[in-house]
Amino acid sequence: MLARPLALVGRNVEVYARYRLVLASGAVEPLLYLAGIGLGVGALVGDVRTDAGSTVPYAVFVAPALLATVVMNGAVIDTTFAVLFRLRFARLYDSVLATPLGPADIARGELGWALVRGLLYAVSFLAVLAVAGLLRSAWAVLALPAALLVGWAFAGTGLAVVTWLRTWQDTQVVQTALLPVFLLSATFFPASTYPEQVRWLLWISPLHHATALLRGLCLGEVGDPVRLLGHAAVLAALGLAGLAVAERRFGRLLLT
Amino acid sequence: MTRTGAGTAWTRAGAYWFVSLRSRWRGFVATSVLTPLLYLAGIGFGIGTLVGPVERSGGATYAEFVAPGLLVAAAMQTAVSESTWPVMSAVRWSRQYHAQLATPLTVTDVLLGHAAAVTVRLAVATGGFWLATVALGLARLPWALLALPAAVLAGLAFAGPVMALSVRLTSDQPLTFVFRFVVVPLFLLGGVFAPVEEFPAPVQALVAVAPLWHGVELARAASLGPGAGATPAVLWGHVAVLVGYAAAGWAAAVVAYRRRLS
Amino acid sequence: MTPPEAVVRARELVKRFRDRTAVAGIDLEVRAGESFGVLGPNGAGKSSTMRMIGCVSAPTAGALEVLGMDPRRDGPRIRARLGVVPQRDTLDEELTVRQNLTTYARYFGIGRREARRRAGDLLEFVQLADRADSLVEPLSGGMKRRLTIARALVNEPDLLLLDEPTTGLDPQARHALWERLYSLRERGVTLILTTHYMDEAEQLCDRIVVMDGGRIVAEGSPAALIARHSSREVLELRLPAEQRQSNGGLLHRVAHRVEELPDRVLLYVDDADVVAAELRRGGVRAAGILPRRATLEDVFLRLTGRSLDDS
Repeated sequence: MLARPLALVGRNVEVYARYRLVLASGAVEPLLYLAGIGLGVGALVGDVRTDAGSTVPYAVFVAPALLATVVMNGAVIDTTFAVLFRLRFARLYDSVLATPLGPADIARGELGWALVRGLLYAVSFLAVLAVAGLLRSAWAVLALPAALLVGWAFAGTGLAVVTWLRTWQDTQVVQTALLPVFLLSATFFPASTYPEQVRWLLWISPLHHATALLRGLCLGEVGDPVRLLGHAAVLAALGLAGLAVAERRFGRLLLT
Repeated sequence: MTRTGAGTAWTRAGAYWFVSLRSRWRGFVATSVLTPLLYLAGIGFGIGTLVGPVERSGGATYAEFVAPGLLVAAAMQTAVSESTWPVMSAVRWSRQYHAQLATPLTVTDVLLGHAAAVTVRLAVATGGFWLATVALGLARLPWALLALPAAVLAGLAFAGPVMALSVRLTSDQPLTFVFRFVVVPLFLLGGVFAPVEEFPAPVQALVAVAPLWHGVELARAASLGPGAGATPAVLWGHVAVLVGYAAAGWAAAVVAYRRRLS
Repeated sequence: MTPPEAVVRARELVKRFRDRTAVAGIDLEVRAGESFGVLGPNGAGKSSTMRMIGCVSAPTAGALEVLGMDPRRDGPRIRARLGVVPQRDTLDEELTVRQNLTTYARYFGIGRREARRRAGDLLEFVQLADRADSLVEPLSGGMKRRLTIARALVNEPDLLLLDEPTTGLDPQARHALWERLYSLRERGVTLILTTHYMDEAEQLCDRIVVMDGGRIVAEGSPAALIARHSSREVLELRLPAEQRQSNGGLLHRVAHRVEELPDRVLLYVDDADVVAAELRRGGVRAAGILPRRATLEDVFLRLTGRSLDDS
């Protein structure tokens, strides 16, 4: 069940072992976001009142959202750009299919690799947050598995989406489509900022669920555990659905 | 420059880049106009509800503060995108430059043609967004009109040096680094979302080395009008930096292109 | 239950795509240890057949058994015992030569140390040991093909499938590859290869089938096919049209069969030199006269009226 996909993860590990610098530099980006938005905009904003009612400095408020965004971006880029390249241009999977691996194993392997990378970035980002004193609760320990769950959700979705992409231009469309998701997710400002009528839109944004879950854990706002579990469940289901679709579509694309 | 046949040579070289755009101009316009608009809506207006008037900019609202920053950032993004992979591709993969050079066009024509195309794309990309900004009442005419040439100039200040780099590369790894270590840090720390003075001095110094911040200051001054407190001397200083970058960058590009392609 | 000697068994195998039928019902049987060829022009259905045997393409109809198992149910188990050399090299350009082998080995569940050992042996076998740590991209076409063969052997397969293995290679590379395939034959590996080069089919294969338009038009060993469908020797004449007309009678008298091609005339004879002398005595002035042995190309021409190249 897992041995075959792991062999594909192993292949990606070998490739990126030669690009260690690229891999490591990927961890820098979230820190820049933290500095630019957390520090810079934070200086203008001051303190913020979260949806759960506590008042925190802006950097503390925005950091979990940045973590969610970073994990989302990483997962989507890994599963769209990189997989598109392997699927349509390098035609890597053609050779893999002549082995015991089938299309489902390939989908799971790519998902596994996206999770490994997500884990690397989440660990480094959380470490910086901890050192900078931006984590306000012991619950933040759970932020790491929660971040993995976020990666799971977006990597699954990305893998499903990539089966419909064909050219590099299409990946640009994906990038642009992510922006509205960005906006409708109460990432940089609390949900109360949105007018009442549009607030329900938050529920369909996966990034909102990711942000709300991570924010709750990092800030220690666990007064309503059912809500947090609900966010987690949505993320888990999203990833599962995405993977299921991806497995089937990989089959259709790779086998003739 | 060669002059044979219909139109000057470099315009023909430039025309190629538009033919290839014809099929996907909608996508191009959508991404280059939509992206900054979305940032404006999300960050400008969204965070704007949390932020009061920005004192350093004469009490402008946050949205008014951010809009010109996004304008120049969009110019930077467009300029760098056009100067990285398309140039490498034209040299190594699709080899468009070689195709053009097999005609009476010279290397200078080829470069001029591409540069002209980049300039037009910059104008279109930033122009669309700027129209929207003015329509939303975030920029005060008539001074705001100057923000557009400021953005295009900033874009050209990036395009020149980056094209000089891209034409010589054998692998596209460095291009990823250009985005990761130049474009993204500048975008976040270069005065787009918050005044650069909020950052520690070393960061400010580093940011001042690159063209983005200078362009942002110019565009912001134009957009917010004379009341925002920018002095003409400082503004001319910013112009000088951008012109210097553009001149040096494009000169370097001519040299690099000649060395690589002839 | 198939007797264990039959490595591949197909009955009325069909592969249909939306717009065409690639394989229109074929029967074949490949025995263990033999070197089996599928000869035919482009579009004959060879690659589609190979993909079905390789368990990466599902048959539309008909029965197929590979290594005693059903590809539809036991795909992964069958593939674990196959080696595949595809038509286009699908090497991993982001890995080195050696890593291509070790990574591939792990897809089969071969342990790390064993994978390295096998990679080393295989690199020796295909004479690429000195390029082990170089990336794949700078290698020549022949080297890449040798690496692909090495990769196909990493799981010590019972059956090796090669789809047009020497297409696009220069003569030297082709012969180097044939050398490797000869040694594999001697080791007892079952080979199935497709090709449109009749010299390759003649040199490498114990038995061949000739495919055209999705069907099998002939079957047997190369020598048997030539004996059955052609004469022993052929005289090729470059003869302008008027000469063909005026000498028609003589040509038909001296040869078993006359085949007219746009640029030459083929006379199927038992002894080409003898016939050439007869023609000269009879006053035939040809621009070029070439006596040669009959080949599978002639068999194909006889069976389908077309040459292997221009289909």
